[in-house]
Amino acid sequence: MSKKKNRPRQLSNPQQQAQGRPQQQAEMAAEPMVRKTRIFVPRDAAALSMGADAVAKAISAEADKRHANVEIVRNGSRGMLYLEPLVEVETDDGRVAYGPVKPADVAGLFEATFLKGGSHRLSHGLTDEIPYFKDQERLTFARCGITDPLSIKDYRAHGGFEGLSKALAMMPLDIVGEVTTSGLRGRGGAGFPTGIKWKTVHDTKADQKYICCNADEGDSGTFADRMLMEGDPFCLIEGMTIAGIAVGATRGYIYIRSEYPHAVATMREAIRVATKANWLGRTIQGSPHDFDLFVRVGAGAYICGEETSMLESLEGRRGLVRYKPPLPAIEGLFGKPTVINNVLSLASVPIIIAKGGEYYRDFGVGKSRGTLAFQLAGNIKQGGLVEKAFGVTARELIEGYGRGTRSGRPIRAVQFGGPLGAYLPDDKLDTPMDYEAFIKVDAMVGHGGIVVFDDTVDMAGMARFAMEFCAIESCGKCTPCRIGSVRGVEVIDRIIAGIERDQNIEVLEDLCNTLTDGSLCAMGGLTPMPVMSALRHFPEDFNRPARAEAAE
Amino acid sequence: MSRPTTAEIVSKPPAGSEQLARSICEAHGDRPDELLEIFHALQHELGYVPEPTLPVIARALNLSRAEVYGVLSFYHEFRRAPAGRHVVKICRAEACQSMHTERLCRHAESKLGAKFGETSPDGTFTLEAVYCLGNCALSPAMMIDGDLFGRVDNERFDAIVADLDREAAA
Repeated sequence: MSKKKNRPRQLSNPQQQAQGRPQQQAEMAAEPMVRKTRIFVPRDAAALSMGADAVAKAISAEADKRHANVEIVRNGSRGMLYLEPLVEVETDDGRVAYGPVKPADVAGLFEATFLKGGSHRLSHGLTDEIPYFKDQERLTFARCGITDPLSIKDYRAHGGFEGLSKALAMMPLDIVGEVTTSGLRGRGGAGFPTGIKWKTVHDTKADQKYICCNADEGDSGTFADRMLMEGDPFCLIEGMTIAGIAVGATRGYIYIRSEYPHAVATMREAIRVATKANWLGRTIQGSPHDFDLFVRVGAGAYICGEETSMLESLEGRRGLVRYKPPLPAIEGLFGKPTVINNVLSLASVPIIIAKGGEYYRDFGVGKSRGTLAFQLAGNIKQGGLVEKAFGVTARELIEGYGRGTRSGRPIRAVQFGGPLGAYLPDDKLDTPMDYEAFIKVDAMVGHGGIVVFDDTVDMAGMARFAMEFCAIESCGKCTPCRIGSVRGVEVIDRIIAGIERDQNIEVLEDLCNTLTDGSLCAMGGLTPMPVMSALRHFPEDFNRPARAEAAE
Repeated sequence: MSRPTTAEIVSKPPAGSEQLARSICEAHGDRPDELLEIFHALQHELGYVPEPTLPVIARALNLSRAEVYGVLSFYHEFRRAPAGRHVVKICRAEACQSMHTERLCRHAESKLGAKFGETSPDGTFTLEAVYCLGNCALSPAMMIDGDLFGRVDNERFDAIVADLDREAAA
C-alpha cells in the first residue's frame, strides 16, 4: 500500500483529452479532420493484474508513432475476465473486442487495422455479440465496463441518476415500497429482504440514522463488489443516497477491505466528483435532501464482513461480533438506526427505482427475484462475472459460460457462496441457482461466488482448511467458534492420519453441530457447511491410507 | 553486516514518529472512531506502527493504551515492525488453491529466501499470506506493494520479481 504508484487514468495526448473534439491546428490543417477513435482499456484491478496499464501505454506509444488520432478511455471491466486485458475499439457498428492483449500484440493490432475493427487472431468481433456477454441479464452491472467510471457525463448518458432523480421527488415510504415490491434480498449472502430492513429503519425514530455499505468482500471466489466499485462507482453512490432518502439517513459509510486498494481509490474519487456535481452533499440537486458519504478501509480481518463486527470496526474498535438483538436497524452504528447492505444490494436500487419494483421482480424464480451476479472462479476456463436472473442452473454457468475447468480435467467439486458455503459434487450441478433450491441440497447461493475444483482436489484437505481458516479469522468472542475451530482442525488431522477414524468422524459431526447451534454469528455457524458437505459428498477422501508423516 | 533484531528496530522508531502520530490524530479530529484510519495513515508514512506512538494516540483519542494496542493487534494488515522493501502477498484462499497456489507458495519461499510471515535476509522481501485478493477468476493471485497480479505461475512469478529488481536498479 505504501508504495502505490499513481496510475495515469488516460494515457492519450493530454491536449486531446482536454477538448471535446480535436481542434484544427496549424500542422494538422493539411490533413482532413478525422474523428478520434476511442479505445477502451480497462482500469479494473483484474485487468491491471494481467498488464492492462502496460497495454494502454503501448497503444498510446504506437498511436503516437503512427500519428493515429486516438483517445484511450480507461473503463471498468465487462466481466469477461478470461479475456483481460480486453481492449475495445469504438467503430460505427459498435465496440469491437480484442483480448487478451499483451503489449507485444499492439503493433500487430495496428497493422491489422484494429482502429477500424479489423480482424486479428485476438479479435472477438462486436463485444455485445460475444456469447458469454450477449445472453446476460445486466441490471446491476448494466453500465460496468461500458463507461468511464469517473465520468458523470457518461454515467448520465447511460441512465445514471434516473433512480435518484425520481427518488428526490418521492415520499420515503414509497421508495421503501418499491424496494419491497422488487423482492430484492440481501446480496451479501444472507438473503434478507431489503425492503423489510429499510422499513424498520424508516419506522425507528432517531436524530441521526446511517447507511452502511458492506464492501468487505472477503469471500474467496467473489469479486463482483470490487468490479462494481471500480467499474461503476456512481451506481453505488446513487443507491446509497436513495437508501438515505428512503429511511431518513444523512450520512453513509462504505467499509472497503484493505485488499482492494484500487476500489478504495476509485470510490474516494467518485465521491469527490459526485459531491462537486451536487449529487452528494447539501441540498442534492436543489432538493431538501442532504447525504454525505465516507469511505472507511478495513485492515485484513475477514470477520469484519459480518455486519455487527463491521460496525465495531467502523467505530474504531476490534472487530468483535455484537449480540443481536438489538438489530442494527434499531441500534446500529454509534447506537443509531442503521441500514447495512451489501454493495450489490445497494447498487441494484437505482434501477429498481428508475424502472419500478415490478420490472425488477419480473426477473427470477420463486422467492428469488431479480438477478444475481454469478462469479465464475477458481479452476475454470472462462472465469468472470455472469449476471443472470435467478433460476439458471449451476451447470449452465460452469459448463456453458465457464467451459469447464482450466486444467482440462474433470470437475470434482464446486464450492458455492464463499468459504462458508458447501462443496457440491458434479451430480448436484443441475440445481437451479435460487436461495430455496440451494437450501434443499444443504448449500447456499450466498453472494454468487462459484469456485470450481478439478479431480486433483483433496477434499479432506479442503475441510481441514475451512476449520483452519475459521481458527485464524475467528473474532474470539464466542467459545464454539474460537475453540471449536481449533479442535476441528485437530480432529480432522486425526481422521486424515487414520486414528480411530469412525469415532473421530462422530466427534467431528458433534463438534459441527455445536458450532452451528452455539456460535454467535455466521462465521462459526456456517464453517460446518464446507466441512460437513465435504464429508458427506466425498467420504472417500477421509478414508485414504494414512500418510506416513501424518501417522507420526 | 549483521541485521538489527526486530526488538532493536521496534525500540528505535524513526525520529519524529510521535510528532507525526500527534498530527495525524489531529487531522482526524482526534476522533476515536477514526482509529483504523489513523493506523493506516501512520503505516502509509512509516511502513509500520511503532510502539512508542501508541500512548500518543491513546492520549489524543482519550482511549486507554490497552484499547489502542488491542485494535492494532486485532487486524492482520497493521505491522508492528518494519517490513522488507517489497511486500509480497500471495493468496492462499480456496479459489487460488484450486489453481495450486501451494505450489507457487513453496516456489516463492525458496526464491525469496523467506518463509511466510518472514523477511528475506537482505531485507528486500517480506512474504505474507492473504485470504482473497478478489481476483479469483485469474488465480493464483498475488499483490506486491499494492500492485495486483493474476494467473501467477512459477515462471511469471520469477519474471515479476526480476522486474522489481530492474526497477530498483534503474
